[in-house]
Amino acid sequence: MHNTLDIKGLRIEATSYPPGEKPRDVVLVNNVSVSVQQGRVLGLIGESGAGKSTIGLSAMSYGRGGVRLTGGHILLNGREIREAGPAELRTLRGREVTYVAQSAAAAFNPAIRLMDQVIETSLLHGVMSRTEAEARAVELFGKLGLPDPENFGRRYPHQVSGGQLQRAMTAMALCPKPDLVIFDEPTTALDVTTQIDVLVAIKTAIRDTGVAALYITHDLAVVAQVADDILVLRGGKKVEYGTTDQIINNPQEDYTKALVSVRSIDHDEKAEAPPVLSVAGVTARYRGTNFDVLKNITVDLPAGQTLAVVGESGSGKSTLARVITGLLPAAKGKLTFAGRTLSPALAQRSKDDLREVQMIYQMADTAMNPRQTVGTIIGRPLEFYFDLKGEAKRQRVQELLDEIEMGSGFADRYPAELSGGQKQRVCIARALAAKPKLIICDEVTSALDPLVADGILKLLLSLQAREGVAYLFITHDLATVRAIADKIAVMYRGEVVRYGGKTDVLTPPFDDYTDLLLSSVPEMKLGWLEEVLENRKMESAGN
Amino acid sequence: MRRLPVSALIGLLLTGAFFAVAIFAQWLAPYQIGEIVGGVWDPASSAHLLGTDSIGRDLLTRMIYGAQVTIFVATCATILSFVTGSVLGFLAATAGGWVDQALSRFVDLVMAIPSLILALVVLTAVDVTLPTLIIVMGLLDSTRVFRLSRAVAVDITVMDYVEAARLRGEGQGWVIFSEILPNALTPLIAELGLRFIFAVLFISTLSFLGLGVQPPLADWGGLVKENSAGLIYGKSAALAPAMAIAALAISVNLVADWVLSRTTSLKGGRGA
Amino acid sequence: MHPVVKLVTQRIALGLLLLLAVSALIFFGVAALPGDTAQAMLGQSATPEALANLREKLGLNEPIVWRYLHWLGGFLTGDLGVSLANGQDIAKSVGQRLGNTLFLASCSAVIAVPLAITLGLIAARYNGRWPDKLISGVTLATISLPEFVAGYIVMYFLAVRWHIFLPTSLVFSSMGFLERLQAIALPVIVLVMVVLAHMMRMTRAAILNVMESAYIETAELKGLSPIKVIWRHAFPNAIAPVVNVVMLNLAYLVVGVVVVEVVFAYSGMGQFLVDSVTKRDMPVVLACGMIFAAIYIGLNIVADVVSILTNPRLRHPK
Repeated sequence: MHNTLDIKGLRIEATSYPPGEKPRDVVLVNNVSVSVQQGRVLGLIGESGAGKSTIGLSAMSYGRGGVRLTGGHILLNGREIREAGPAELRTLRGREVTYVAQSAAAAFNPAIRLMDQVIETSLLHGVMSRTEAEARAVELFGKLGLPDPENFGRRYPHQVSGGQLQRAMTAMALCPKPDLVIFDEPTTALDVTTQIDVLVAIKTAIRDTGVAALYITHDLAVVAQVADDILVLRGGKKVEYGTTDQIINNPQEDYTKALVSVRSIDHDEKAEAPPVLSVAGVTARYRGTNFDVLKNITVDLPAGQTLAVVGESGSGKSTLARVITGLLPAAKGKLTFAGRTLSPALAQRSKDDLREVQMIYQMADTAMNPRQTVGTIIGRPLEFYFDLKGEAKRQRVQELLDEIEMGSGFADRYPAELSGGQKQRVCIARALAAKPKLIICDEVTSALDPLVADGILKLLLSLQAREGVAYLFITHDLATVRAIADKIAVMYRGEVVRYGGKTDVLTPPFDDYTDLLLSSVPEMKLGWLEEVLENRKMESAGN
Repeated sequence: MRRLPVSALIGLLLTGAFFAVAIFAQWLAPYQIGEIVGGVWDPASSAHLLGTDSIGRDLLTRMIYGAQVTIFVATCATILSFVTGSVLGFLAATAGGWVDQALSRFVDLVMAIPSLILALVVLTAVDVTLPTLIIVMGLLDSTRVFRLSRAVAVDITVMDYVEAARLRGEGQGWVIFSEILPNALTPLIAELGLRFIFAVLFISTLSFLGLGVQPPLADWGGLVKENSAGLIYGKSAALAPAMAIAALAISVNLVADWVLSRTTSLKGGRGA
Repeated sequence: MHPVVKLVTQRIALGLLLLLAVSALIFFGVAALPGDTAQAMLGQSATPEALANLREKLGLNEPIVWRYLHWLGGFLTGDLGVSLANGQDIAKSVGQRLGNTLFLASCSAVIAVPLAITLGLIAARYNGRWPDKLISGVTLATISLPEFVAGYIVMYFLAVRWHIFLPTSLVFSSMGFLERLQAIALPVIVLVMVVLAHMMRMTRAAILNVMESAYIETAELKGLSPIKVIWRHAFPNAIAPVVNVVMLNLAYLVVGVVVVEVVFAYSGMGQFLVDSVTKRDMPVVLACGMIFAAIYIGLNIVADVVSILTNPRLRHPK
């Protein structure tokens, strides 16, 4: 009896084309070995660039965009496939091994009905007749918890939601009864309350069909729920390989330990203080629409503390930021900032009002002008608000760079020459340069890898301790909230459904939505998924 | 120093040569422009490198002066279309509202008519002189520059860094000149080349139809027209200016392609 | 009403409105330009009395809006007015020539469209390899040629040097179909050359764009053969962009035809328009200009309607 998949000493290379330089070969994956047996799930985990998707696709002997499998062995059902020709690969892709992509919305053909796409492989490889395949698809739709399984397949991809598409893609992968399924970040693009349903569906389907599976993700807490074994990758190399229990409860390597303990920053709620910002009864709508995106919002942010605004996409949390900055003037309600009333519209605000409220964005890439150096980016607020010039400005820029823990020599670089974490740090320095009383942080860590995000959160906390600046922290990630918040406002469909000090908000009894939201955040422990399902009060809405 | 690809180098050299000929035509031309120096459609000889034209003038001389007219008209029209188009395009993008609506709808309307047809209609009504040709060509073509610069500027104005500048309280001047313009420049420069080619082809076509540059002046399109009758008798004089038009267009195209490819590689980040 | 029917109706109505706006733009635009039709016809030496008489005769003293409505009404009922140059009925002169032009344009389209799509597919299939580079290189050269240059090069070699075809394309009403085909061989070759390059490059780009989609990778990972991937998964999604490309270039053909007709002395609308511009025969120029604009806008409407009809999101709304 052999393993379904055996990868030995795999080496993967690609050619990189830096503009203006000679093309050069880069090694993406070096000497990685894994194996999966029938009925087992192997989790591949790592940050972006760790090579996890590349390894996953190599199980189909497929290299995306010029990626080459240059060394080692890939044995699928005991047969070497690394150098198999196109004709041989066609017989095994979609038959012995299938693939579930991260974005099902893009991976489904928009012009073909779901049913025809789901059963395409079964017919192509002659696994079963059309009637049998359709029956199996309907059965899988039901098993995966899709609504109206009989008729679900008649729809087109754009007619169903993201969570449903992700499950349909799982059905498509399982339909031809493959031996191995590759799940490539199947829940990453989903809202947290939807993610849990899809996760359950995938887990049940894997168990019931008894296939072997590779589960690729950057979220260790997610993979802990579905995988039997875990391979931790970094920079295309193996860091640690073991059972899920061992990796989660007894990690050996420092990197794995860091991943397991990520988001466990200790932060105690600060004592009650007078508010620097009061939002009272704010209602807002976008021009040309006829419904309120914000309904009667009332929250306070104490000076030098952090108010976390939590919610899923469409909850109105980013709109609240736009109202506070004045980009979207509120229709009703009042904003009080540092004891004075803040005009609703940006154009009417004084220079001090503008200076004392700063903003940091989710995508640091687009938040910095690519044609300006770091020195210019950080220096401009100094010049604009404090009239600093020449040597004084240069010195202050360096002080700010030191504060964000970036050394000298960065002032002359362009944003494109920085890493993701460094970019976000520069954005923080730009906000700090204005000496603000309040910084609005809009999902500032969600585009970053967990360890980098952790570094940013720690930096923000230490800056708060030193400078006494308050944060309005907008996020969908509850782990981040636990790490940084003093007060929490939970938003759902334009309303604040729960608001108060961190301890109060996170202590039961909960309202239904907060319960759903809190219970949906994967925890880094085994058996969490099953526990949650037994204790839930409310079905997730966005599935 | 970035390496210059061979094609771009050839393009740059040829384009430079054409402009040099145009600027120094008076000193380069071996004969007077209207001087009759030989027979009708004499073949090439050492005295007349390209032979003579339909009434015995030196073809090389006519070509050199033709380069001057063609490039002068095309350059002026391109400058006019660029200044008009990009100023209005940036204005529409940053002002928004009814200014944007009015300008954009008007441009849609003009672009719904093929430029050559519209130019012919207008040239029926006005006297055909160099200034009117330049104005008609420049304004018709500015619609395309308008669309591009508006689109580029709109893409940039929705970026977070422009929002950040607005939140800081920066004025419209800083936003346009420090945030938008530096990022819009490269695609606009590549477009400049394409608009210049279009202007060369446009003026040549109009002159060929007899509706562009009027005698005694002659541009390359006009030279093709003057000598086209000879083609049927196997006299290839008309092909020389025709080739010159194609050569100029291709060399500018090579340069524009290179600038464009640099733009895209810049957009793709640092390629890491 | 099904949303697609509504969208298509809207698009067509919008196109007609655009056409109306174009007619107004041309008419009032020309009227606003410095220049005087009567003066242009009679020349600088005309006596004031003669000018006044001619103005009266042409109706130039009527209010401009009334003249516009009169002109537009005539246009809609097939009365294009009379030529200033020879007093003939414009509709009559246009009829035969429009037929000739459409014949020339459609012959070119019949050759160019399938050829361009095939070459575009080949170039996309072998993206970056030699067939692609060859096709792209050759077409880059032809893109830089103005129509009349291409015309004379083709004429010089195919007709004058090698005597394969006649250098001019004279057609008579008594000519048979095959004779006509032979007569227009050269202009067709030139038009195909000019349109093919643009159409092929844009088709290639459109198909490559579709081939980069994630669902194409899904299809490959299902074990489908390249032919099946292209036929079942790429093609249905490529129809709209390719039709758009084709229509855009057919519209371009309409303009190219003007110059090519002059080169080959082919008796069509383009030749007629250019002659009339030279003679400053404004009624004829306006009529021809409007007909060209109408064809151009019409093709654009067809392109938009096809892309509405092939969009699954619109055909099967939520």
